[in-house]
Amino acid sequence: MTATTHSPLLSEAGEAVERHWRELAGRRRLYTIGGIVFMVLAMSGSLWFANESNAGKFFDRLPYLFDFVGQMLPRDGWEIWRALFDLPSPYDDGSLKYNYPEGRVYFTETFYLPEYFYKMLETINIALVSTLIGFGLGFVLCFLAASNLTTRRWLRFFVRRFMEVLRAFPEIVIAGFFLAILSLGAVPAIIAVSIHTIGALGKMFFEVVENADMKAEEGLRAAGANWVERVWFAIVPQVMPNFLSYALLRFEINVRASTIIGAVGGGGIGEALRLSISRTHEAKTLAIILLLFCTIVAVDQFSAWLRGRLVGKQAFEFGRGA
Amino acid sequence: MTETEANAIAARHADVFHRPVMEHLRGLLIICAVALYMVFAWWLFAVGQVVSNGNWDIAGSYLADWVSYEIRPDIEYDGDALEISFPRFSPLGDNPKPDWLATETAIVERRRAVTTQATDTGSGQTSGAGFLGALDTKPAAKDDGGFLGAMPSPSAPTEAPTAKPAPAEPMVTREEAIVGADISFGGDAHIRVQPGFVSVAYNGEVLELDIEEREAVHARGPLPDWASQRAPGAKVIVRFGFAGRAEIEDDEVKVRRRFLGWENFFFDTRSPYWGMSTSEVLGTIFFGERIEEGRSNLAIAWDNIVNNADWQHGDVWLKLLQTIVMAFAGTVFASLLAFPLAFAAARNIMPNRFVNHLLKRSFDFLRSVDMLIWALFFTRAFGPGPLAGISAIFFTDTGTFGKLYSEALENIDDKQREGVRSVGASPSSVQRFGVVPQVLPVFLSQSLYFWESNTRSATIIGAVGAGGIGLKLWEAMRTNQDWENVAYMVILILLVVFIFDNISNALRQRLIGRQ
Repeated sequence: MTATTHSPLLSEAGEAVERHWRELAGRRRLYTIGGIVFMVLAMSGSLWFANESNAGKFFDRLPYLFDFVGQMLPRDGWEIWRALFDLPSPYDDGSLKYNYPEGRVYFTETFYLPEYFYKMLETINIALVSTLIGFGLGFVLCFLAASNLTTRRWLRFFVRRFMEVLRAFPEIVIAGFFLAILSLGAVPAIIAVSIHTIGALGKMFFEVVENADMKAEEGLRAAGANWVERVWFAIVPQVMPNFLSYALLRFEINVRASTIIGAVGGGGIGEALRLSISRTHEAKTLAIILLLFCTIVAVDQFSAWLRGRLVGKQAFEFGRGA
Repeated sequence: MTETEANAIAARHADVFHRPVMEHLRGLLIICAVALYMVFAWWLFAVGQVVSNGNWDIAGSYLADWVSYEIRPDIEYDGDALEISFPRFSPLGDNPKPDWLATETAIVERRRAVTTQATDTGSGQTSGAGFLGALDTKPAAKDDGGFLGAMPSPSAPTEAPTAKPAPAEPMVTREEAIVGADISFGGDAHIRVQPGFVSVAYNGEVLELDIEEREAVHARGPLPDWASQRAPGAKVIVRFGFAGRAEIEDDEVKVRRRFLGWENFFFDTRSPYWGMSTSEVLGTIFFGERIEEGRSNLAIAWDNIVNNADWQHGDVWLKLLQTIVMAFAGTVFASLLAFPLAFAAARNIMPNRFVNHLLKRSFDFLRSVDMLIWALFFTRAFGPGPLAGISAIFFTDTGTFGKLYSEALENIDDKQREGVRSVGASPSSVQRFGVVPQVLPVFLSQSLYFWESNTRSATIIGAVGAGGIGLKLWEAMRTNQDWENVAYMVILILLVVFIFDNISNALRQRLIGRQ
């Protein structure tokens, strides 16, 4: 073919188009290269800085990483199950490491819940309570922040900023503050996670409300309904499925968040995990990780299934508003 | 509307007007269930008990600490004189004479046995580690900044020889000593301290207290609302709201005077710039004589700000940068690794079902093993610091991005790919020109979104040992004294999150257009 050796003759207009295209392509390439160079510089700078300011240097510590993995192997595979279900261990030497049956939580004389299951339930309950509190207050606030329902600009502005502050305020600080007042336990974790949830859900909710169909609301307004009636009968039925689906997403996030808050003193499974990792109780650690993993997968699956039933396929956008 | 018309409408829309009972009651039932559950949770977490046992008195002062600071002089009775001492790291510097604390001096005869002196200093050291104030400022002890534990050791040996030679010989000296102190708490709140007698005036009421030194505190007349005493003869606490409080004990009056603001935010008391006004500082920096040979005044000022002992600006900024770096490097690495893996995990791009499944399950694994677990794990492996944080974010987000990216890939429009393939492009070109242009904006936008939210997560996992500002924040909170530093760090974090949020939003809008 000749097209490979001769460039086709172009009209004047065609040449102008060609020139313009080349210009655009050149600029684009420049941006791409510039962007990549910037990223490489930023990354190497970051990594150098991270390595310098870390307690152990990366390449010094790397061989020990595998040592540490080796340390995490239990003495035999059944140990994990014994730790998980609080069964007596044959290695029991009276130390904290193998005292699995001591953690049992007895409900009746013989029926007991293994320690970590109990703690896991505690964490799930923390997440559930905070999601419910967040849902309730976010529900009340979101209508005041929606531009189609609240005409007073100052009120909207105030409510939105308020929710932003609740959302952006580091959970760890709220938890730390209430841990200082209420001492260690689940209540500070609930307060911290709830406060964050109010802000996060409120934001999601008011965006949903702003996208709601206003025809029903206009109908009620024409019939003389007051503000509360209009919101309750016209807006709430429309947005409820979306609200619930966002609340379920939040619940997934909150299970993780309450685990983390637990690790800094908020009770539940997080605390158990941190303690057992720092004491190198390998079987206990693995049992907790296994339990946590299964729980998170189960919660995610359950929430995905329920969201699918509530709002259909489009609700499968996890990770929003983390 | 007549009744027949209404009935006709009701008959036509039977499904609206005659819903099953269950459907009617569903909302009510759900609300009841939630209420019951809340009651259960109240019982489970013993909320009532925890809240009532909470230390709510302290909560107010902790909250006030966010935006204010206290100055804590102690006024000790010493026979017929008073000794006023400030804590060693008082915000007012080494030898403060604040104008709200007026003193009267007189010549008094002081009779002191050396043995009592020895016990005096001994008790002073044990009761208030680091609270030895202007009275015994030893130059040797001044240098070991902040280490409370180091205090008793340098002073103990120096005290011992003076105590030994004259065991029980009383010494009578005439010297000028403080015999009265008048502390103003702003407004009409006043405390007047004299040896053996304290009077407190507040809200138009006057409380007069007789002190039996090292024995008891007795009030003349009933206590007003703002004063409290646990038992007769015990210490009396008077509260002046935000302005502070005072504890009148049988051996000293502890004054806690509160001022709004962040004390010594720029220069600590050791700095030559300390106590200057802004214009004086600027004047010294730009026009003043060199304070120190070989260094410009600006360099000294900068050095003093960065190394401010109370606020540790340099360290806080460094830790903040660590957190930012953790989020940035972790997100970038995760995106880079997830990008090729997502192609292999997408069912429409990689036809091998086994590989698809394997990758998707490993993404689920990485994602579901929580960031906390990864953080604890890598903290053990690399030691506390940003490397642990980077690794934790990297592992979690590789899973998250893998899942998100492969889902985006599975939803692409096949026409472009077919078009590119139909002109005989190689498989890699098909991906490059048929797939990547469709998904790249989505990928980048998701990465940006997570970059911003990881900045927040990095703060939290920092507190469990992954370094960065989270750890610093946690340490500041654990001491229960540095709430103003917590406020400072929170403001910095909010600022950073706000800036990143806006950058990420702006970039995302440019990438995928306004939605």
